Amino acid sequence: MAVLIYTENATGKFKKSTFEAVSYAKAIAIQSGTTLTAISIGEVRIEELALLGKYGADKILQVANAQLKNFINQAYASVIAEAAHKENADIVVLSNSFSGRGLAPRVAVKLEAGLADGAIALPEISGGQFKVKKAAFSGKAFATVELTSTKKVISLSPNSFQVIDKHAEGKIEEFSPAIKQTDFRAMVREVIQSTDKVSLPDAEIVVSGGRGLKGPENWGMLEELAGLLGAATACSKPVSDAGWRSHSEHVGQTGIAVSPNLYIAIGISGAIQHLAGVSSSKVIVVINKDPEAPFFKVADYGIVGDAFEVVPKLIAAVKEYKASA
Amino acid sequence: MKILVCISNVPDTTTKITFTDNNTQFNTNGVQFILNPYDEIALARAIELTEGGKGTVTVINVGEVGTEATIRKALAIGADNAVRINAKPHDAWFVAKQIANHVNQNPYDLVLTGRESIDYNGSKVAAMLGELLDIPSVSIIKKLDIDGDSAIVEREIEGGKEILTITLPFVAGVAEGVAEPKIPNMRGIMSARTKPLTVVEPVNVNTNVEYSHFENPAARGQVKLISSDESAKLVQLLHAEARVI
Repeated sequence: MAVLIYTENATGKFKKSTFEAVSYAKAIAIQSGTTLTAISIGEVRIEELALLGKYGADKILQVANAQLKNFINQAYASVIAEAAHKENADIVVLSNSFSGRGLAPRVAVKLEAGLADGAIALPEISGGQFKVKKAAFSGKAFATVELTSTKKVISLSPNSFQVIDKHAEGKIEEFSPAIKQTDFRAMVREVIQSTDKVSLPDAEIVVSGGRGLKGPENWGMLEELAGLLGAATACSKPVSDAGWRSHSEHVGQTGIAVSPNLYIAIGISGAIQHLAGVSSSKVIVVINKDPEAPFFKVADYGIVGDAFEVVPKLIAAVKEYKASA
Repeated sequence: MKILVCISNVPDTTTKITFTDNNTQFNTNGVQFILNPYDEIALARAIELTEGGKGTVTVINVGEVGTEATIRKALAIGADNAVRINAKPHDAWFVAKQIANHVNQNPYDLVLTGRESIDYNGSKVAAMLGELLDIPSVSIIKKLDIDGDSAIVEREIEGGKEILTITLPFVAGVAEGVAEPKIPNMRGIMSARTKPLTVVEPVNVNTNVEYSHFENPAARGQVKLISSDESAKLVQLLHAEARVI
């Protein structure tokens, strides 16, 4: 047996969440006393593929078929399942990214495997049981699921596992999977990606604003603070509902759940639905003029004050810190 | 056009989540159940796409008799008819198998789900259904337009979006942006009582995922309050104490 990791790329580059998943899959391979094979689909340069070896892949399968240039979950699932059979892999690991969510369930069905989606820790393997911890109830709880099938698929939540540099090298091989034309009934017409902004689900720091900011015209200071910290911007539900910010920035129970190292909430009172989406954040800072705001109860650090006074001061302090660092 | 909308019965978003039986079961005591918010968006779009006699909308739920209030709500919003598979929804795989079995016997042009249910958050049913039915699936879409026998959808990706053309039939997991949820009117509420709701017994499924244990997130320590004039101190604490910048 072996462990297989699907290494997602964005325009030829692997993201940090991919390396996290490689490190995670390597740790499972070590747990199970076996090797790790990575599979990369699409155009990725050899120097970039070599990074997968550095983080622990013993073997790297490269699929360079032009028809697979764009992500089509149905076709990619066929390729990954074929690689799993070829490598005799009992465990397949993916990132729980937007694409991963469309891919992992199809791979699981093909392999007749149990799927643990959005894992946040290494599996516990003992006495023939294989258990994985994941977030549930939109961040209000954690669930431990047992996978009882022989084959297992696990998708890893971003920012849940540390990247470990193994200083190793992997063997890169070409892999030419069978291509089924019926897998291409969906076609990618256009990919629109902003490269200058940090993507919210992957962000290590998130600067988020609520109704306390009074209007979309006041987001400039949040964007400035986010820019200084290398952070993504986010918002609460009332803000995206009012059309001040896009729905893709809405963090909370009915939006995106995030797990950054640092979440800075500005002018957000902390309704239970919003708190659900941020509960996995490692450190939470709350800035709110209402000392009774529920958000302070789950915060690590807090400033009671008006956002329009506090944020400019904070920006100045971060600039000073950056200049001295 | 025939559209199937898969709906989940989930705890209201304000629910405080607790567990019973030694943390192995979700405590439903006193919990108000609602139509999953993302499924409401899927249903609203399905109704828009079939308005003016252009088709029918069927809703399907895998659940025991207690979910019928939620199914009637979907009928009140504007679905034409409903199917309930009479079983406890064990997990996404079990639900996908039940719905696939229904779709194999009753073909649809389009199958919609919410992007995820707000209880188990798997985002799994749409893609599993696509695989079981051997048709395309697209998870987490922000826009959906039908053009003859194909559709144009916008799919969310990290830091952007993708525009795809997909041949019908396919399965899509619907997110915010696709439509505005609809509020049932009095006529809808009245007619919901008499719209057909068919109850079907489940097929046997070999499950491969068992929920063994739940826990709530650990409580955070007391918040450290910093005066609004001491922003530099906060930056210092984030650097030296919390080690996050």
